[in-house]
Amino acid sequence: MSAVPLETGLLLAIILFVIGLIGLLVRRNIIFMLMSIEIMLNAAGLAFVLGSARWIQADGQVMFIFILAMAAAEVSVGLALILRIYNTFKTLDSDSINEMKG
Amino acid sequence: MVVGGWLFVNLRIFEKKNMTLVFHIAAIVAIVSTVLVITQTNAVHALLYLVVSLLSVAVIFFVLGAHFVAALEVIIYAGAIMVLFIFVVMMLNINTESSKKEEKLITPAMWVGPGILTLILLGEFIFVLASGSNQIFRTQEVTPKQVGLSLFNTYLIGVELAGMLLMAGIIGAYHLGKEKKKPAHRFFKGEAE
Repeated sequence: MSAVPLETGLLLAIILFVIGLIGLLVRRNIIFMLMSIEIMLNAAGLAFVLGSARWIQADGQVMFIFILAMAAAEVSVGLALILRIYNTFKTLDSDSINEMKG
Repeated sequence: MVVGGWLFVNLRIFEKKNMTLVFHIAAIVAIVSTVLVITQTNAVHALLYLVVSLLSVAVIFFVLGAHFVAALEVIIYAGAIMVLFIFVVMMLNINTESSKKEEKLITPAMWVGPGILTLILLGEFIFVLASGSNQIFRTQEVTPKQVGLSLFNTYLIGVELAGMLLMAGIIGAYHLGKEKKKPAHRFFKGEAE
């Protein structure tokens, strides 16, 4: 089929992961923080699929499916929490949510 | 239509010649759109850029010969999860005012600290990668059949655990998202709790 350099693919996965990490550290809006976590999960999945393609084994793709399921569960709970936080505090700024009294 | 058909035919010839270029173009699109995701102030724009990023990663999966996973990426990530995000953003009433408020939250100085630290990490990764030879391998399709056999034989316990995790996610999301019942009249105030 096609020829792909392994290290370039890994580099792409790492760059995407680092961009997600920067976003997570810099942004204070909770929605953007959740999106950055999605970017990082996707980058990890990319690394797994790259390994799967390199050694022609299905295991990497299986791991990607698990990451997908985990991301879906995490996003559903995270978004429910965001809605709850917005209803309670009327803001999405994570710095202003410093009184978690339940 | 004609232009689309012409492009399609030419792409098929091109595809056989060289998929590596497709990989590099998709990689650049992924990086640019991901950078745009974390720099946007409007949540909807950021989400749309995130969809572009996920689609370009799906293209990379396709080039790598992981066709099944590429389809999953488009359907579940770019489809289901992003729709969930967009619905929540719609429920939060994001408007231009909140976008301006968001602009105030991020000052250019905030990018310096995390930026330097994570770029140091990136530099270390690049150093580690550069010490190996950039080996070029020919991709071969890992068929969905292989993936399914591995998933339901070797990783069967993982599938069951993922099922339990999704169940817990559903229940948790339902419990958190449930609005508190308001009593119909102050007379019933004690009963609703």
